[in-house]
Amino acid sequence: MGTQRPLQQAFMEAAERFSGRVAVIDPGYTDITYRQLAELSGRLRDRLYALGVEPRDRVGLYMRKSTDAVAAIYGILRAGATYVPVDPGAPPARNAYIMHNCDVKAVLVEARMADKFQVELQGLGALPHLIVLDDVGGGLALTTWLDNAEAAHPTSHGVDRIADRDDLAYILYTSGSTGRPKGVMLSHENAVSFVDWCSEVFEPTPEDTFSSHAPFHFDLSILDLHVSLKHGASLVLITEDLGKDPVRLVKLIAEYGISIWYSAPSILSLLAQFGNLGSYQFPALRHVLFAGEVFPVKHLRMLCSLWPKPRYFNLYGPTETNVCTFYEVATPIPEERTVPYPIGKVCSHLNGKVVDEIGQTVEMGVEGELCIAGQGVMQGYWSLPEQTAKSFLAGSEEMRWYKTGDIVVEEPDGNYLYRGRRDRMVKRRGYRVELGEIEVGLYKHPQVKEVAVVAVPDEESGLKVVAHLSCKTESTPSLIEMKRFCSEHLPLYMIPDRFAWQPALPKTSTDKIDYQRLKELS
Amino acid sequence: MGTDELKQVIKEYIINEFLPGEQPESVTDDLPLISGGILDSIATLKLVLFIENRFGIVLEAHEADRENMDTLNQIAATVESKIK
Repeated sequence: MGTQRPLQQAFMEAAERFSGRVAVIDPGYTDITYRQLAELSGRLRDRLYALGVEPRDRVGLYMRKSTDAVAAIYGILRAGATYVPVDPGAPPARNAYIMHNCDVKAVLVEARMADKFQVELQGLGALPHLIVLDDVGGGLALTTWLDNAEAAHPTSHGVDRIADRDDLAYILYTSGSTGRPKGVMLSHENAVSFVDWCSEVFEPTPEDTFSSHAPFHFDLSILDLHVSLKHGASLVLITEDLGKDPVRLVKLIAEYGISIWYSAPSILSLLAQFGNLGSYQFPALRHVLFAGEVFPVKHLRMLCSLWPKPRYFNLYGPTETNVCTFYEVATPIPEERTVPYPIGKVCSHLNGKVVDEIGQTVEMGVEGELCIAGQGVMQGYWSLPEQTAKSFLAGSEEMRWYKTGDIVVEEPDGNYLYRGRRDRMVKRRGYRVELGEIEVGLYKHPQVKEVAVVAVPDEESGLKVVAHLSCKTESTPSLIEMKRFCSEHLPLYMIPDRFAWQPALPKTSTDKIDYQRLKELS
Repeated sequence: MGTDELKQVIKEYIINEFLPGEQPESVTDDLPLISGGILDSIATLKLVLFIENRFGIVLEAHEADRENMDTLNQIAATVESKIK
């Protein structure tokens, strides 16, 4: 198996072979070639050395998606360090917590966020080097910063550090049930085994143009970035605002001739419904990949009829394993089909099994929890040894079986069907959301006495998040006030769809909040 | 249509669609609708579609984002620049 290579090596090889080809398209800016991207990331690597970044140090990334961010990711990897991307739209306090939690040595941060971020960092006693970039886009901000730094303190050209297979390539923070995000640690071996699997199944070529729809702090971005740039293909960066707008997105897909699209189903549903797909031609489009949540069949059918040519793949997997099962959807989708598609079979670089509550493998056709082992499985959660231990099956020494928390059933043809969650985690617009983290955020409101958050099925969006609250004061805060409060304490995708104020929350006989009753009320 | 009238139309739509039961006076002209978490991405999309249909304009890429549509004041300015 070729997993002794560090994650950036395939890109470095592609940069030699395809040096003049376009690597990254950052709409609105000049494209960057493989040679230029290698050069820019090499300059950052040398600056990181100058700042004293050592192998295995963490370096944070707090900026919008841009060529600058792509170059930064490769610069960090080439320095033998681990990249830690965060949501630039999340509250600065949350991002400061993350950077402090994994003890980053340096952070690349956009100037517009830098002041608030620094205040939050100081409050935590954290003192990473801040690399402050003005107006990121097209690689210009990073270039300017490097020019200035080099003029002030010249440094010699270094060479790439080659990380060990178990060294961390990146840490992705996901929602934690205690209200604190937790860092999923992925090694070079984890990442490379996944990237190699993608090469095998999707057979990318230098002629391909990949979409980069998911943000970089989201695990879908691993495929976008590292698979495209391994194969000499071009990557089209789609910023957050553009990524939500179906009309503009469809135009972009046609204009840039995207051939491999990957995103959460929610935006594809919007493309099918509002994107005027019939007004454009998409001769290049050959793969549509989606992951992160269940794709409502009604919308998928509409999409497949408007885009009949590409192959459709349902990819499934938590951040802890990245994609671990996949299923190719046969098109066109018959009118009578209403049940969602299976999550499919286990990827070739992994192993899977379905277990009952005591960890025994169940028979085919019986529901159980999906467990995954193999090269793609995470190293653990950053500085959370207990949670890490709990997330693996106990008592299997030879293989580390990660418990996904997802309940599945194996069908006679060997495909897994997704049935639901074991805990209180839900998927929202492709993001993992622990309902408990929303509750912790809402409890910070001075008037909130009790809160319980539930998720209920919704025909349009798939899922609706409802916060049930009781109030310490007689008059309850307005909807606007609650939403604004949430926007300061939670990422935007965690803000509840509805706030339901109750005189008091219903209780069970043991005086615990009655979630079952609240679901019925929602 | 004057600026106030235009804001009124948009405000009514926002309250009816996304903030049922809210007092009209609490939706002020400088309330941050997107960055304040009041309109999520789908709500913003619906609002853009409403504005385009109601006023017979097309909002371009850079006009329908957080920088240009965050408050009623900004929305009104964007719409007016299109109508003229």
